[in-house]
Amino acid sequence: MPNRIFTERETMRIKCPYCGERDAQEFAYLGAADLARPDPEAEDASEAFYEYAYLRDNPAGILAELWYHVAGCHAWLRVERDTRSHVIHSVAYASAPSEAGD
Amino acid sequence: MRYSALSLLSNALSGNRDWAPAWRKAEPKSTDYDIVIVGGGGHGLATAFYLAEVHGLANVAVVEKGYLGSGNVGRNTTIVRSNYLLPPNTAFYEHSMKLWEGLSQELNFNCMVSQRGVLNVIHSDAQRNAYVRRGNAMRLTGVDAELLDREQMRKLIPFADFDNARFPIRGGLLQRRGGTVRHDAVAWGYARAADARGVDIIEHCEVTGIKVENGAVRGVETTRGFIGARKVGLAVAGNSSRVAALAGLRLPIESHVLQAFVTEGLKPLIDHVVTFGAGHFYVSQSDKGGLVFGGDLDGYNSYAQRGNLPVAEDVIEGGLALFPNLARLRVLRNWGGVVDMSMDGSPIIDKTDIRGLYFNGGWCYGGFKATPASGHSFAHLIARDEPPDLIRAFKLDRFKAGAMIDEKGMGAQPNLH
Repeated sequence: MPNRIFTERETMRIKCPYCGERDAQEFAYLGAADLARPDPEAEDASEAFYEYAYLRDNPAGILAELWYHVAGCHAWLRVERDTRSHVIHSVAYASAPSEAGD
Repeated sequence: MRYSALSLLSNALSGNRDWAPAWRKAEPKSTDYDIVIVGGGGHGLATAFYLAEVHGLANVAVVEKGYLGSGNVGRNTTIVRSNYLLPPNTAFYEHSMKLWEGLSQELNFNCMVSQRGVLNVIHSDAQRNAYVRRGNAMRLTGVDAELLDREQMRKLIPFADFDNARFPIRGGLLQRRGGTVRHDAVAWGYARAADARGVDIIEHCEVTGIKVENGAVRGVETTRGFIGARKVGLAVAGNSSRVAALAGLRLPIESHVLQAFVTEGLKPLIDHVVTFGAGHFYVSQSDKGGLVFGGDLDGYNSYAQRGNLPVAEDVIEGGLALFPNLARLRVLRNWGGVVDMSMDGSPIIDKTDIRGLYFNGGWCYGGFKATPASGHSFAHLIARDEPPDLIRAFKLDRFKAGAMIDEKGMGAQPNLH
């Protein structure tokens, strides 16, 4: 990428719904937000847990991910961020993947 | 043209007008290739070279989306070493080390292999125990390792902060054969040597699809048209998930950004590659005099080839804890490379479920130093459809089988090493 000044949106400040906009340093990262824990009683539990634990979509584009505001309000956040530019599109409180529904 | 003192002299006398380009600007052929390698970085070019050199296969193309060497082979900190703990990694990286040692001669290209030694600094008794174990594991596999005490360390890095209140220096582990290699020369040298053996290197040609018929690969769709092939090898670490997805594969990999930094040039100061033991910081001095250093991943998924300031600050703090005299240096440049982080911190070189489609990726922090052994092993796998013993542990399905190569012993976590 050529040398240039990055826009404010690309410098990854996360707008926590409770605390307001904060430096990314205050947050801890978990990874993809929409991984649903499989049913351990299911027939294919072994395969499903393998996929859940190890396989990732790893998109070059918008990724929904979980951030924890460890140096702030201790909320888990669901952040939609573009992995190509680091631009953050949305921040919301996280909920269980089944409730998030998307 | 063979490079030699004589060719240098005769070209100097003729005003340097007669140098031939180091490789042709090849166009895609309309007939099928035996093998297409996706990715014209270090690993892809090395694979093409060893396919031609070792296996006599020259009907090979390397397709690269940008210009040659524009990816991670030009974005790393140029360190080579084989100081690993677990047998599959130690044996593999030692094989790579041995190939590095003869690479300039093999390629007839000066790769500036500098075996200046890799020095891991020890700050506590517990850390010494861990490094004694590592050093012993290395020596059992035939790798050189020396445990140094505090006084020996003073001779090597006298300007370090030996009496730092939190991280005093207690000793070190030295691999003398480790060091640095000029990274761009590795790409250029492999490209030139592969080209001389008949390999087509096709730049500015991005793969947009992988054609599969009846479970077997037929070629790749690219921005410069369809290129037919009996076998396709993917060597696109950083973008592995994206490219493999074209063939419907989902990988145990996340793409992360790893930053590196270089300071203004200064007189010779740091003679070795030095790694800080109490944080993530490693440094060496380039031939131009700049200190080249790096540290941890930023820690979030990224394809952006640049990181953010918190990690820059963290890396530089680690550096200053070790070498306070660096505080007044200016950082000239910093950049990021996108690395494949596999789920156990070790690489993957394997066949896929699609016949004729081979995968090479998941290099985590270790991609550059692995370049020769990766190419050498990947060429063997593709040419013979059978992995050499050296890479039998680097299987794609090892996570399902529970056969992880968990160098750090931390389980599934895509930010190891």
